[in-house]
Amino acid sequence: MSIRAQGLRTWLWQRLSAAYLAAFLLFSLAGWILAGPWDYVRWRALLTDPVYAVATALFFAALLLHGWVGGRDIVMDYVPAGALRFAALTLLALAVIVMGAWAVVILLLAQVT
Amino acid sequence: MSNNNNQRPVFLNLFQIRLPVTGVASIAHRISGAILLLLVPLLLYGLQLSLRGPEDFARVTGWLDQTWVRLAAIPVVWALAHHFFAGIRFLLMDLDCGLNVDTARVSAWLVLAAGAVTALVAAGCLL
Repeated sequence: MSIRAQGLRTWLWQRLSAAYLAAFLLFSLAGWILAGPWDYVRWRALLTDPVYAVATALFFAALLLHGWVGGRDIVMDYVPAGALRFAALTLLALAVIVMGAWAVVILLLAQVT
Repeated sequence: MSNNNNQRPVFLNLFQIRLPVTGVASIAHRISGAILLLLVPLLLYGLQLSLRGPEDFARVTGWLDQTWVRLAAIPVVWALAHHFFAGIRFLLMDLDCGLNVDTARVSAWLVLAAGAVTALVAAGCLL
């Protein structure tokens, strides 16, 4: 696939993830406010509910994908091409991967313990 | 890149550049996005603690009892609100909605105002 098409693909993923993030945040915010007050038992019950757990996992996937595309745009706009940009993009990618793994661990651990 | 690109005049005095309101909404969208991305580790840490046990859950909710956390939360609410509203504006523009310059100017003002109002409401609730 050409570079142009790759740019178009990340552009599209940025938009799709944005739509999901907006929808998830609106529903969650409304739900948290309407169904409050929250304590530990209810909070855990919410995040171990299969539907909400999967929706939350998707939220983190969308969030990290969205943040990666946006962070990558910022790096490519302000850091000149070369070793410094390569280092910045590598750092960003590593950070996103680590945060994704962390989110998976948190959500999985909540289901089993 | 051709050599000609290096001959272009460069004017980057940030104190003299006057951005149009659409530009302000745009750079604020970028700045708020960067802030939010940097805060994801804190979100993950809070989520992890909140699910670990009743004591840790109370610790996370107790964060908001501290004045400095409440103060720090206001710009974060602004970042989230502005990024949200400006993002919807950009999504609509991708759908060819509001591309007209006059409309884009009005919507940029509306987006900036919506972010500011949300931050003010949050400030009112938190302080």
